[in-house]
Formats: sequence, structure tokens, C-alpha cells
Amino acid sequence: MKTSSAILLTTLAAALVQGACAAPETFDFKDPKGVNNAVFKLDAPLESVNGSASGISGTVVFDPENPAALQGKIVVASESLTVPNPMQKEHLHGTNWLDVATYPLITFESKSFANVKTTDNATTGDITGTFTLKGVSKELTTPVKVTYLKDKLSARVPGLKGDLLVIRAHFTINREDFNIQPGHYEDKVAPTIELDLSIAGAAPQP
Amino acid sequence: MKRSFQILALLLLLGTAGTWLIAGANRGWTKTSVPVKTLDPVTGIEGISYQPKFLPGVDFLGAGVLAAAVLGGASFLFRKKPTV
Repeated sequence: MKTSSAILLTTLAAALVQGACAAPETFDFKDPKGVNNAVFKLDAPLESVNGSASGISGTVVFDPENPAALQGKIVVASESLTVPNPMQKEHLHGTNWLDVATYPLITFESKSFANVKTTDNATTGDITGTFTLKGVSKELTTPVKVTYLKDKLSARVPGLKGDLLVIRAHFTINREDFNIQPGHYEDKVAPTIELDLSIAGAAPQP
Repeated sequence: MKRSFQILALLLLLGTAGTWLIAGANRGWTKTSVPVKTLDPVTGIEGISYQPKFLPGVDFLGAGVLAAAVLGGASFLFRKKPTV
């Protein structure tokens, strides 16, 4: 009787632990280390424009036991878009191009995660969501790689326990789709914009 | 005066071209900051930060060449002193 009670308790405890581990976690992508970045590249016949954005925030809910249920929203502050040439940066932020004063945020909000494959701690798949730039929202699907780093938060931020989630994505958008000088200056400013997202989010545990 | 303008034009041309070449002969536009990449060992993400650095580009070179040409051209406005 005693033995069966012990087995029952052990099983219950294991189920509880497993349940606790399997719970979806919310990862905050406001990076205290300032490493998170989105790189953009426009390769036109006469000019190549390369820059990056660092003002990244947002949250993603990820369940390591059910990666396909991933959902969240990533926000980039338009003002944080930087190129090395000061005049180019001024033009980029200006009313003719991104108009960062009127449209301060660039966002991507996920809707679904398909073709999900998980190997060890890395999950790949195609994420579909709404991408909003300069006030125009379009649905897009892009391949994404999500790496779940369990208990690695303390290695990055000493004194904090928790997990990390690294998201990498590469996709291309057409600037005319987002009303960014459609059909103009295509010899100097490429009509397509390549975007590379490399971001890490943290889920601290009490 | 004519000679002074010509020497100044030559110095400006050499100075501009020299600065551009020494700074790496950047064939893009002038940059006032350069991206510096740092690897986050935990996540493997390459962080990008911009550090202030003046990197003259083709616009800097062009402006220098144009200014030297204007100075050189202006030198011809001065008449040669008549030799007696």
C-alpha cells in the first residue's frame, strides 16, 4: 500500500514538473545588451545601401513542447534605422521615404507557423503574419529559425535565471508595396529590400 | 598671385586625393560612422553598433577636385606681370 502511494505521488510530481516545463513561455525581446538587430540591404545598379536597426522590442510566446504554437509580435522603432552616411540617414527618415515621425513603428505580428521541424533545440518553419511598414500592412510568409536555449539567460545576464529564444529570419519586401517612393529612383535605391533579423528574447524565471 | 593660386590648387588636389587614398579609397559616399560587429557568445547573434569615424568617399574626392579646378582656373584671371 505504502509502495503504491509512493509510486502515485512520484507519478503526480513528475506530471506536475512536466506540465510546468511544457507551459508556454513569454519571451521579451527588448534586449538589455543591445545586440538584437535587423539588417537591411538595398542593392541598386548605381548604389548599394546597407544599414541596420537596433530599436527592437516585442514579445513572443513559445512552448518548447509545441513549437508550432509560436505566436508573437516584433516591433522595430523606425527612428533606430541607421546608415553610415548622415545625408542618406536624413533622407531615409524623412517624409519622402520612411517618414519616421508619422510612422514610428515597423511591426510583424504572427498568425501561423507552418512546416515546423524541430531538431534538438532548433525549430525551423514558415511563419505567416502581418508586416506593417509606413502605415501599410501586408501579409507575408517567411522561413524562420527559432533556437530555444534553456537556462541560458544567466550566461547572458548574470543574476537572472531563465531561458532564451533566438529568432533568425531572412526575407525580402518590395518598397512599392509599402508606398515608399514607388517606381522612383530605382537605379539608386533598389525596389526590393532584403531584411535579416537576428534577435534574442528572454523569459526570466522568479 | 597667379603662382600662389596654382600652388594652392595643386596642394588641395594632392591633399584631397591623399586623404581619400589613405582612408581606404572608399568608392561609396562619405561616412561619418562605421558599423562595428560584436558576437554575442551565448546567442551567436552578431550585434551591430555604429562608431563615429570619418571615411571620405567619392563626394569628398569630387569636391576637392572641383575646388582645385576652380582655384587653378581662377589663377588664369591674374595677368602675368609684364617683363620690362
